[in-house]
Amino acid sequence: MNAPLASPPSVKTTCPYCGVGCGVKATPDGRGGALVEGDAAHPANLGRLCSKGAALGETVGLDTRLLHPLVRGADGALARASWDTALDRIADGLKAVRNAHGPGGIAFYLSGQLLTEDYYAANKLAKGFLGTAHVDTNSRLCMSSSVAGHKRGFGSDTVPGSYEDLEAADLIVLVGSNTAWCHPVLFRRMEAARKARGTKFIVIDPRRTETAAEADLHLPLAQGTDALLFSGLLAHLAQSPAFDAAYVRDHTTGFDAALAHARAVAPDAEATARACGLDVEDVARFFALFADTARTVTCYSQGVNQSVAGTDKVNAILNCHFATGRMGREGMGPFSLTGQPNAMGGREVGGLANQLAAHMGFSPAEVDRVRRFWDAPHMATREGHKAVDLFAAIGRGEIKALWVMGTNPAVSLPEADGVRAALKGLDLFVLSENVAVNDTAQCHPHVMLPAAAWGEKDGTVTNSERRISRQRPFLAPPGAVKPNWWALAQVAARLGFGNAFAWRGPADIFREHAALSGFENARTRDFDISAFADLSDAAYQDFAPVQWPAPRGRPQGTQRLFAEGGYFTADRRARFVAPAEVQAAQANDAFPILLNTGRIRDQWHTMTRTGLSPRLGSHILAPFVAVHPDDAAPLDLVDGALARVSSAHGAALLEVRIDAGQRRGTLFAPIHWSGATSSHGRVGPLVHPVTDPLSGQPDSKATPATLAPHAAPFEGFVLSRRPLQMPQGLWWARAALEGGFGWRMAGSLGPDDWAQWVKAEGPADVAELVDGPSGLYRAAAFDGDGRLDFAVFVGTAGRRVAWDALKGLLGEDTVSAADRRSLLAGRRAGAAAACGPLVCACFGVPRDAITGAIRAGAHDAAMVGEKLKAGTNCGSCLPEIRRLLAETTVPA
Amino acid sequence: MSEPLLIIGNGMAAAKLCEELSQRALGRHAVAVIGAEPHLAYNRVLLSEVLAGHMTAADAQMKPASWWRDRGVTLQYGTPAAAIDRASRAVVLADGRRLPYARLVLATGSHPIRLPLKGMDLDGVHTFRDLKDVEALLAAAAVPGTRAVVIGGGLLGLEAAVGLAGAGVKTSLVHLMDRLMERQLDPAAAGFLRRAVEAKGVEVLLQAASDAIEGDEQGRVTGLRLKDGRVVEADLVVVACGVIPNADLARAAGLEVKRGIVVDDTLATSDPAICALGECAEHRGIAYGLVAPAYEQARVLARRLAGEEARYDGSVVATNLKVSGVPVFSAGDVTGGAGTEDIVLTDRGLGVYRRLIVKDGLLAGAVLFGDTADGLFYLDLITQRTPITAMRADLAFGRDAIAAAA
Repeated sequence: MNAPLASPPSVKTTCPYCGVGCGVKATPDGRGGALVEGDAAHPANLGRLCSKGAALGETVGLDTRLLHPLVRGADGALARASWDTALDRIADGLKAVRNAHGPGGIAFYLSGQLLTEDYYAANKLAKGFLGTAHVDTNSRLCMSSSVAGHKRGFGSDTVPGSYEDLEAADLIVLVGSNTAWCHPVLFRRMEAARKARGTKFIVIDPRRTETAAEADLHLPLAQGTDALLFSGLLAHLAQSPAFDAAYVRDHTTGFDAALAHARAVAPDAEATARACGLDVEDVARFFALFADTARTVTCYSQGVNQSVAGTDKVNAILNCHFATGRMGREGMGPFSLTGQPNAMGGREVGGLANQLAAHMGFSPAEVDRVRRFWDAPHMATREGHKAVDLFAAIGRGEIKALWVMGTNPAVSLPEADGVRAALKGLDLFVLSENVAVNDTAQCHPHVMLPAAAWGEKDGTVTNSERRISRQRPFLAPPGAVKPNWWALAQVAARLGFGNAFAWRGPADIFREHAALSGFENARTRDFDISAFADLSDAAYQDFAPVQWPAPRGRPQGTQRLFAEGGYFTADRRARFVAPAEVQAAQANDAFPILLNTGRIRDQWHTMTRTGLSPRLGSHILAPFVAVHPDDAAPLDLVDGALARVSSAHGAALLEVRIDAGQRRGTLFAPIHWSGATSSHGRVGPLVHPVTDPLSGQPDSKATPATLAPHAAPFEGFVLSRRPLQMPQGLWWARAALEGGFGWRMAGSLGPDDWAQWVKAEGPADVAELVDGPSGLYRAAAFDGDGRLDFAVFVGTAGRRVAWDALKGLLGEDTVSAADRRSLLAGRRAGAAAACGPLVCACFGVPRDAITGAIRAGAHDAAMVGEKLKAGTNCGSCLPEIRRLLAETTVPA
Repeated sequence: MSEPLLIIGNGMAAAKLCEELSQRALGRHAVAVIGAEPHLAYNRVLLSEVLAGHMTAADAQMKPASWWRDRGVTLQYGTPAAAIDRASRAVVLADGRRLPYARLVLATGSHPIRLPLKGMDLDGVHTFRDLKDVEALLAAAAVPGTRAVVIGGGLLGLEAAVGLAGAGVKTSLVHLMDRLMERQLDPAAAGFLRRAVEAKGVEVLLQAASDAIEGDEQGRVTGLRLKDGRVVEADLVVVACGVIPNADLARAAGLEVKRGIVVDDTLATSDPAICALGECAEHRGIAYGLVAPAYEQARVLARRLAGEEARYDGSVVATNLKVSGVPVFSAGDVTGGAGTEDIVLTDRGLGVYRRLIVKDGLLAGAVLFGDTADGLFYLDLITQRTPITAMRADLAFGRDAIAAAA
């Protein structure tokens, strides 16, 4: 039971999901859960929350939590241990590896989910006291290309603008960003601007995403050609009235070379369209809109970052803003939309292997500065391995000790099967986690440390607009759970560095971090929050959200940068960069189709948290691959069938979604499913280990792959109150339901096999429907109290029944005789047929309710909202509601 | 002037025929009904309910006297017909009266089968066929401590046994076969039925061959001895092993009779002036022992008597066990076998079992236990030869589920 803290009834904190960094108010319900609502006073969201944030209260339960340290014993098994035992084991293991292999034998793999204070502690221990720079983070997978692009263009890792610019813009260009699904609250702010001032949206994305469907113009460019498109735009802008010669002259360098390059590769709209696989009219319209609209914000996300040319794409975008002088002014500027809640915070403390701390690098002067500040005995003096290389080094046996915190690399990294194998070869593998079981925990950790989870964590995070906010606890840490910084400090003490890690709490760390940011800074580094170096504990507790930089004397922070230049290069000028000719991986005969990966609306990362929410699980039930109809037809692939997607590195079995919005020759698959939630749904193993040469960010959006039908003669579902072991050889995907779990499944197991499986489960009371000749088997087992214990529905391929009508029985204490009679028909007594998949996760409104309302006369999204509330909270389902409005036939 | 139409037999078939006639050809015939039993026609199917005390004999009456009177039907019940004088087209009653006819309909029903057992003539041995039997059984049951044994695990025997148990009699049911209602039910349904009958207080003995009925010196029944040597003590023995068509009059009159009175598709016997229907008739080699075919025949015959063209093509047999709280339904081909496919729904907790037998995309048979509400729906699918492939996944859940899925 997660006990509420003895604190005020409502606690202001921040959402732990995406980089929008929404403020939430959490009110513990006294039963281990919490009521979560948007914080109207937080500048990031002004009270709004998306479906994921709104469901946070459903994810704080303790069922899946790791509550005590586990240490692997001589018998090879993990066993519960005291913190002392666990910490000793870690310290001894680190010493042994350092003695045998030097500090380079030690690595840390951190997470954008960590608080800044945790991140700071890990980075300090590794880079200053153990002497290893092999400290990287899952932010490498997320936005390191933006970091690298910003550093090249600005001389610093700076996001120049603010969310308010989205509302002050007349044109928003979204590049490689499914904002409507991945940053729903920002998309709502953009939609508000559209309503208020007629802001136009242009979406640049190979896929016709839900965001693209809402755009005024969608440019479905060929994978990886973003830099060419923006080179073409630069060439166009240079000869347009939008060109800001004064800004270019006064605040930039490199324009001529960049323009020459742009004119060479994409001299005009026609050449650009040809290079990008676009209609020339669309490209011309984009160029004209961009040129004609001063208040233009260009947002970019994973479609830009996760690329072999990610850094160049970022710079190609920055070039266009430099050329027009649209930098750091109201309603204009480039804007990196961060994926993770604290990717920014991680970068601020040096969470990446090519950073030191406080936005400093590994120049001798910077190493020396940090050494002096930390009084560090073993400074790392050069960059460490970036994520993909880091795990490759582990695979080669060069790194022997690894401490993973708050991330699930066995699922999320490219070539994830290789990562699994590599982890199992470590001499010391420490995993700090808040869940007891995930794919990484299956990879033979020697020590597992129970980390504080959201609701218990206490510290700060930084969102996409440089805004530092407090994450405050509202639940007491359960069991032996401790914050990560504490565990790191304890290990540091055991290694003899106690004095440098003698923090009493996160406020001590924050002050030290703030002091370091201002240490010998003198406006040479963008990241400076030295205004908070002497913050009192009470002020830290009450810390109001603020945008850095906040140097001494400016605690109110900074809303925008670079309007008047002042870049952090040596000459204070921005850099135009001519994108290099990058040879992206090409589809070939063996792997003729490009696999793109990304997020879906209601899930987060590897689902260890969102996967606990029944509401969030019911939008999309299973890992899928979106296929263009023309790519599906020759393979006889139909919607809902299973397909095998393979690359040179791995394979997955995914449900086919025929999607005309998919660009021909490309696939899209979501990243969320792990080995814990699916049998064959991990797409990480397929992704090629190709990275951007500058940022080291994996090229996760264009892996050459191949697609083939996968015969699964039978398919169906299992519902259960309790976790069940699915039969071997079966394809399945698990979703959380109210009161239990649902497994979507397919495979070669037919009625007889399932009848035996049911029998082996030994139910007390079972109802069965058997139609062997037509491949049908259904069973419902009831427990001694007459509740539905589990149900199995199996049929032949293409005849899957939806579980929507039945899933509610898992949460009920009895099954009426009438329900029992209709249950195996897939229906509740007196209920209409299936209610369809969930559309609005915030209010739990299924598709059929919405189409019903439309038929009954709701003729726009607002009316649907009035009737059903659907779409009135986070709005991430509004594109789907609008699609249903267009598709639903209304009776005359 | 109306033609005299005589109906011999005052059972359910005769009553149905009169009802149909009254709707189609009132006044065309001067109808007279001759009944052996001293009652108005009653619903024989409800005898077990009367036996169980759930209703009275009067409740089982099919139509009140006024109904017959209002339709001008002459009722001649209590006096059996003794002979048919085909040459002069008249029926001779047991009391010697002669009733002339232009058309004669035989609806003489069936006799209960009597077993060739020693002791069948003992006091306390009964059949279970008519109200007289029921009255005798009720009288015996009224004696406290009465023990009964019912021979026969078919429809009739089950109804008798459950009826007696319901009337407070300690009742055993002995059946020759390894399961109850073996001609209508598959083993699974028969198992459900056995448990349900046992739950109503009836001891069920299967694979139990009767050897002899034992009695005391006063000629009173004391029990039933089985061939395996066991003796079931009883004060009352009910022989309910089925029925045979009552073709006595027809046979004596020289009409063609095999198991029953042979009729063609017009329901005419070998004498075109004489028709037969119901349990006494044998059509295309089948003598039905159930009420539904009799009703279908009554409809066909009434139309013919009204001057319409109508033919009887035989019936798909459906069995409905009329034991309250033990709903059993069986229709069509329930033997299954080569070329057939089974859809089976089993819910022991709910006491529901459904087996649907499919052949060539058509429903060929249905066995229902526990919930028989869809029995007639399935019967309809069988008789109408409705293709079921499209509704197959929902078929076991019945009409409403299929409608909801459509």
